[in-house]
Amino acid sequence: MQWPILGSASEVSDVPEHGDGRLDPVFNDFEAETAIPIGGGETMRVGGMDLVAEPIPEGGEARSAGGNLRQMGRVFAENKLAVVSVGVIVFMVLFCFLGPHLYPTNQTNSQLALQNSTQNAPPGNGNPLGTDESGFNILGRLMFGGQASLIVGLASALVATIIGTLYGAISGFFGGWLDSLLMRVVDILLSIPVLFLLIALVTIYHSSETLLILVIAFVSWLVPARLIRGETLTLRTREYVQAVRVMGGSNGRIINRHIIPNAVGTIVVFATFQVADSILLLAALGYLGLGVPSPQTDWGTMLSNGVNAAGNGYWWQIYPVGLCIVLVVIAFNYVGDALRDSLEVRLQQR
Amino acid sequence: MIGYIIRRIGQALIVILGVLVLTFLLAQLIPGGEARAVLGSKATPQGILQFNQRNGLNEPVWVQFWHYLLGVFQGNLGYSYKYNQGVTQVITERLPKTLTLVTASVALSLVIAIPLGILQVVRRNKPVDYAITGASFFFYAMPDFLVGTLLIIFFAFDLKWFPVAPPSDASAWAVFTQPQAFVLPIVTLAVTSIASFSRYMRSSMMDAMAEDYVRTARAKGAGNQRVLYGHALRNALIPILTLLGLSLPAIVSGALIVENVFNYPGMGLLTVQSAFNDDIPVVLGTTLVITIATVIGSLLADILYAVADPRIRLGGE
Repeated sequence: MQWPILGSASEVSDVPEHGDGRLDPVFNDFEAETAIPIGGGETMRVGGMDLVAEPIPEGGEARSAGGNLRQMGRVFAENKLAVVSVGVIVFMVLFCFLGPHLYPTNQTNSQLALQNSTQNAPPGNGNPLGTDESGFNILGRLMFGGQASLIVGLASALVATIIGTLYGAISGFFGGWLDSLLMRVVDILLSIPVLFLLIALVTIYHSSETLLILVIAFVSWLVPARLIRGETLTLRTREYVQAVRVMGGSNGRIINRHIIPNAVGTIVVFATFQVADSILLLAALGYLGLGVPSPQTDWGTMLSNGVNAAGNGYWWQIYPVGLCIVLVVIAFNYVGDALRDSLEVRLQQR
Repeated sequence: MIGYIIRRIGQALIVILGVLVLTFLLAQLIPGGEARAVLGSKATPQGILQFNQRNGLNEPVWVQFWHYLLGVFQGNLGYSYKYNQGVTQVITERLPKTLTLVTASVALSLVIAIPLGILQVVRRNKPVDYAITGASFFFYAMPDFLVGTLLIIFFAFDLKWFPVAPPSDASAWAVFTQPQAFVLPIVTLAVTSIASFSRYMRSSMMDAMAEDYVRTARAKGAGNQRVLYGHALRNALIPILTLLGLSLPAIVSGALIVENVFNYPGMGLLTVQSAFNDDIPVVLGTTLVITIATVIGSLLADILYAVADPRIRLGGE
């Protein structure tokens, strides 16, 4: 829920912007871009590169990226928890999307459900995890509700990451007043407690699965926008970016071909954490009764129904679905953590 | 330091203005307009026309925004037709309850998280460290409503130590007169913050331990205790204040959930109930007011930060 991301202090201290919200003034001053010291020798070197082998910046980057990938893979694989987490995620996806084909249950027709079983039946007797208050088989319902939770979680994380990446890259790349304005907008949106904003949006635009994806994305693109802006500020002063500029590359090309690919590590790490956060946000909305509308359901809505009956001792309506939420969220957090570790240069060089 | 504080106040004012623009825009974007929100989806076109004329909704947008701003400064946040009261009146008695809940839980989480973080650094890469790291990931991933439910099941239903919920008519002061009724909501809200703060405290301490001044202190022969508490801790605490300011919106979001779990009549419960009633003026009003409260809270955390950090206190920036 837009908690500053768990993890290293440097990660969080990148985010604050609590001073005047800007990094080194040189980065922010767009004029400095052209004035960045390309002395005689430098120009020669850039010119020489141009003559000898034009694609050096890209080719060189790509080769070293390949090496990095292997190295990153090794660091990632050393992290047992992360490997287990990948397994958990794969299992959950198979469980929710393949499961219903192997274990078909009725999850939409409540009258049919009542013919075949009783309400709130304990586990056993053809219902391995019992039934809920409408008589639906809970094991099947976990798969059915998990589809919505996973789809909304993944899709909104994807949308949020794309919006945030473009927004942050544009803000950081152009700098100046545009950067200040764009980042001010992010500050404003970030200061609104996210659930209040979500509920306001859901109240105004009545809820559907697509809408939920969009509103969750709308409250989630802010952190990647900041992270990518920070990356862009440092990347755009790199020599290879300047080389492209000297060779006449357009701004769009620099952003698309050089800045975003180089920030891809940050983007992937963020997106992974965001999936976990989006699933939690949807679960919270579901719990409050504002989740995906029936006859669809999601894990949060299921949990909410179970919790309302907590006093009756129907534990099978609470623990399995709670476990699903917690497992998936933890798994995405661990994977994100491991990805970030494997991107850390310091760790790669040990 | 004065310059820093003035600049932060200026930023906070800009943020508040931006939030006013946003809530105003959201009201404009209601499908069918504000009239539909107030009159309901069965409103006739004539009714909507009359409503718009009566409430000045036919005027240009910027004139409406100006009226909205003037209204907010006079404490008028619109009218709730569901409660038949001004939104301000509906909110006034709810706000202190949420503030109490949030303040108490922030205090509790700091008191627990800071020692936990230190313990992890002292015993880093030992079982205790791994156990706390695992637990904080676990509790960070636990939705607030699940934590709250489990606490209710164990401590209210099974053990009967605490009541399920604070009495619904209790005032904000009841936290002092009958604290046991507030234990479960406060602890529930604190759990995620403890997970996050202790994690951050650990890495902040680790970073501090790698600093030159720590090496200098060791070279001068300072003992472990002195290095840890005299040098590393004091420096590691400063970023916690920053984190606190940044986390406040998330904690307030958590309060919304906790209020709904425990049926505690604060801003969050009001917002959700109003969402069900389609009472958009109240939802936008609570969003605006709670955001302003959050911004002020973050501002206070930043001022504390300025006071605590000698680099800002003594040296301007």
